Amino acid sequence: MTYSIETDVCVIGAGHAGCEAALACSRLGFRTVIFTMNVDSIAMMPCNPHIGGSSKGHLVREIDALGGEMAKNIDKTFIQSKMLNVSKGPAVHSLRTQADKAEYSKSMRQILENQENLIIRQAEVTDLLTQFDLEDDGPAEKEASGKAAAEKPRIVGVRINTGTVYRCRAVIICTGTYLNARCLVGESITETGPGGMQRSTWLKDAMNRLGIPLRRFKTGTPARMDGRTLDYSKMKIQPGDPVVVPFSYSTDPADVQIEQVPCWLTYTNEETHEIIRRNLDRSPIYAGIIEGTGPRYCPSIEDKVVKFSEKNRHHVFIEPEGRYTNEVYIDGMSSSMPDDVQQQMYRTVPGLENCVIVKNAYAIEYDCINANQLKLSLETKAVDGLFCAGQFNGSSGYEEAAAQGLIAGINAANMLRGRDPLILKRSEAYIGVLIDDLVTKDNREPYRMMTSRAEYRLLLRQDNADLRLRKYGYEAGLITQKQYEYVCEKEEKIREEINRLKKVRIGAAAANQEILQSLGSAPLKTACSIAELICRPELSYEKTALLDPDRPSLSRDVAEQVEINIRYEGYIDRQKKQVDQFEKLEHRRIPDWIDYDDVGSLRNEARQKLKQFMPSSIGQASRISGVTPADVTVLLIYLEKKRGRG
Amino acid sequence: MNQLYPDNIRVDRAQNDTIAAIATASAAAGIGIVRVSGPDAIGICEKFYENARGIHDLKEHASNTISYGFIADEDGNRMDEVMVSLFRAPHSYTTEDTVEINSHGGRYLLDRILELVLRGGARLAEPGEFTKRAFLGGRIDLSRAEAVMDLISSQNDFAHKTALAQLSGRVSEKVRDLRSSILYEMAFIESAIDDPDTYASDLEGYPDKLDGICGQLLDEMESLLEIGEKGAVLKEGIRTAIIGRPNAGKSSLLNYLAGNERAIVTEIAGTTRDTLEESVRIGSVQLCLTDTAGIRDTEDRVEKIGIERARAAVNQSELVLYLIDASEGITREDRDIALFLKQWKKDIPSVRRCIILLNKSDLPPVTDTDSVHSFFTDADAVLSCSLRTGEGADELGRKIEEMYRAGELQQQNEVMLTSARHREAVREACGSLSLVRQSIALGMSEDFFAIDLMNAYASLGRITGEAVEDDLVEEIFSKFCMGK
Repeated sequence: MTYSIETDVCVIGAGHAGCEAALACSRLGFRTVIFTMNVDSIAMMPCNPHIGGSSKGHLVREIDALGGEMAKNIDKTFIQSKMLNVSKGPAVHSLRTQADKAEYSKSMRQILENQENLIIRQAEVTDLLTQFDLEDDGPAEKEASGKAAAEKPRIVGVRINTGTVYRCRAVIICTGTYLNARCLVGESITETGPGGMQRSTWLKDAMNRLGIPLRRFKTGTPARMDGRTLDYSKMKIQPGDPVVVPFSYSTDPADVQIEQVPCWLTYTNEETHEIIRRNLDRSPIYAGIIEGTGPRYCPSIEDKVVKFSEKNRHHVFIEPEGRYTNEVYIDGMSSSMPDDVQQQMYRTVPGLENCVIVKNAYAIEYDCINANQLKLSLETKAVDGLFCAGQFNGSSGYEEAAAQGLIAGINAANMLRGRDPLILKRSEAYIGVLIDDLVTKDNREPYRMMTSRAEYRLLLRQDNADLRLRKYGYEAGLITQKQYEYVCEKEEKIREEINRLKKVRIGAAAANQEILQSLGSAPLKTACSIAELICRPELSYEKTALLDPDRPSLSRDVAEQVEINIRYEGYIDRQKKQVDQFEKLEHRRIPDWIDYDDVGSLRNEARQKLKQFMPSSIGQASRISGVTPADVTVLLIYLEKKRGRG
Repeated sequence: MNQLYPDNIRVDRAQNDTIAAIATASAAAGIGIVRVSGPDAIGICEKFYENARGIHDLKEHASNTISYGFIADEDGNRMDEVMVSLFRAPHSYTTEDTVEINSHGGRYLLDRILELVLRGGARLAEPGEFTKRAFLGGRIDLSRAEAVMDLISSQNDFAHKTALAQLSGRVSEKVRDLRSSILYEMAFIESAIDDPDTYASDLEGYPDKLDGICGQLLDEMESLLEIGEKGAVLKEGIRTAIIGRPNAGKSSLLNYLAGNERAIVTEIAGTTRDTLEESVRIGSVQLCLTDTAGIRDTEDRVEKIGIERARAAVNQSELVLYLIDASEGITREDRDIALFLKQWKKDIPSVRRCIILLNKSDLPPVTDTDSVHSFFTDADAVLSCSLRTGEGADELGRKIEEMYRAGELQQQNEVMLTSARHREAVREACGSLSLVRQSIALGMSEDFFAIDLMNAYASLGRITGEAVEDDLVEEIFSKFCMGK
């Protein structure tokens, strides 16, 4: 007799995706069980020690705006923080923090442990159960047997390694890099997950049985060293910002002004490269032992040396793994070379001459899916109630994983509540771009977020994530009424102030000219609005205060929005127009019942691609490679025709 | 289709804009029609249409009328005598306000009229778009939807094919060059933004550099347009490149061909300002020679072969005359050239020909025609000669004539950007690059440049039919070493 436990949602994996997914579901009132191979690996950061960075910082802010946990947790556990690209436009400012890895993981575990409706369970999930598996097990499923052949599979539970069944209505798979993983250090291959953790294996068979094929990706990580053995006098210090900006909108900025830990910069040299070149035949990638596809944005030092042979040095950043450990992370030198080669090559780097390696650099291969098999809600097309998130979907990065986990969690809950899924548009959020790219494109390597992937990035800034997304978090139920009202008021204040600044005109009076002169700005020839003055490169909202005696006292975040919106108005308006065009296509839904074989005139390639991807809107269809504008027009007319008949 | 501005969005542009296109199929027809449809159709056409007394009165014309008059450009110069039909909504094919300009002019004039209308505020219709509007306006009933879809599909294929046919290899090469320059700059900016720890310092002084690059690209695009405007500065002749290692005898061959009694030499300033082309007649065959020899003489005294420079000339040619020094034999550089030529021929095998000249037959040879043939199997002919003594040189002329008569060599008229669609795309790209320069002048930061660079890139891509896809991300990874 099978022992079975009743719940609502099962989350498989407790990495960054799993944590967000489980928190979202349990916070929305659903009984949730989160399974992990080892409770000590909850929210583990097995690769780099940072959260945020270019475009990833945007994701963290968006997660926060929607009611996720990542931003709050890193605000509590960071040891260094830096706003990147501050000399560039506001769209590419990005916050990056160095995390105290152990603290981050510990703090997240506490949050999970204390979350109502959430149970943490250390176990390996070995099977995914649909109504067909439990036919004779419960009355609710019995009626299904009659029409089993035509019926779509629906998740009803999972089985774990002890044989126990957890009955549930939704499952979210977040296995990260654990599924069938193997780690390679030269000739030494171990069948483990990241950081020596036990890997999972059984789920592969379950996926096969459900008709969801898997594929193999790889990634890599550099060595960890004993920081006491490094000579920092040969490196350049990389401090954090003097004033730290928190990630979360709920964090009091005063709480993040802590004592920070520096990073260090050094470089590889020809000697390093020579050692690598001489030993290339011993690298599993170049020797052909690794089958998985690796990411180009995170190349191993071997790849850098081979593909960019004209560069005689590469950057190496030494980053602390935490405040209370001597371990440091050797950023920029990930590798899968054998241990002896690693020992030699690291020691050629200035400052690393006497380094002692704690953990070797390694490459890791793992099973994941092609996210083309998902809907934009992150539910699989093949099985109702089965959601997937994180690195399992072919992405990379903690932030990308967390973002998907949050959306999958909200959408699992929405399904259980009978609501429409939350689908963020490319014009609304980096998360929208991330998921649309994963689901709609043919990705051949782990997908990393980049600001250049966001076509409307001028609108999707890290400074306005709350204005863009709080309402969705509120509608989902993860943002309180108070938080939401705060954003509504903020929006109103911004609007009022912009209107006022456009109206208030100042004349060419002597007093004004004098102020302008003191600010290093040209005198006025005729009267003009304050808004026009703010647009002058040498002036700003703050600097024009003297010319604007009636200015209301506004908070820093409101003033920031006012300034950005006035200063970049021309560019922002142009992007808004493009968004209007874009959204027209996005709003043209393609119904589920469409039969592409019935659409005459489609070119064969387009027909195949459309059948494969089953896009949910004309906009999504137009982004599939191999679907031409003419195909889209044909499709539009077909839908028009059907509508006319209906 | 992910980057800044997806091209596909053009498909479903607002129904309320005004579209225009040449509605008659072929240039051979006696009368051609430019059709303009949409809410501004009448207003736009009124700007350019005047009646016999020179009055712009189109707005007062009644629906379903046809009138005699003239088309004049913005400066009031009359371009053509026309008949103009006017249909007010909903009494037209598309159910929108529609104007049809009937001209006796050939393709050239029709194109000029279409361009006027586009400059006046219409946009170029997509293939099948008039029909699509007729359908969406309820003019065509649902039972014919299938036919409409077929029509759009086939018209699109046709438009694509004709657009490609109108693109000479030379123009598409040029457009690809422009695009790859733009793409590189975008990737440069993006890599610096994405990985500021490594690349941020590279941006010092970059805006000035980019301003220069944009200026240069604008010059090149404007000269493309200019040549297009003139309709057809037809470059008569078979495009011919002379290549070979230094001292193989390239200059001698040029002098020989140019100095030949039967040759008429003229100089035509090239489309790109730094090349000089010479038109040479050999018997009944006109050759348009690209002078790669000159480039070498001024700069590349070093032993390095000017393969990069020769490459550009070769890519634009139908015929390559490849000189090998018989007294030195086949060198490593020759192997590089051979590999390159093999690929070049493979790209368009139907029109590309290569003749190898084994020069300096008067000196003690280290190789002969047979071994050259086996070394370079793609050669259409291998001839032995001495350009110094003249021995065997006439054989080249005879061979070229023979190939020409056999239809092996085809004279391709150089028609640059004759299609209004292409010119519109280049003009859009110019507009975008001007906006980049404006942003630079305003002191904006680099990430703002990327927006308009991407627009320029997408516009030019419409000429060669290349979508934006993931080009930028690909370029970033292939040209810049990303990732810490």
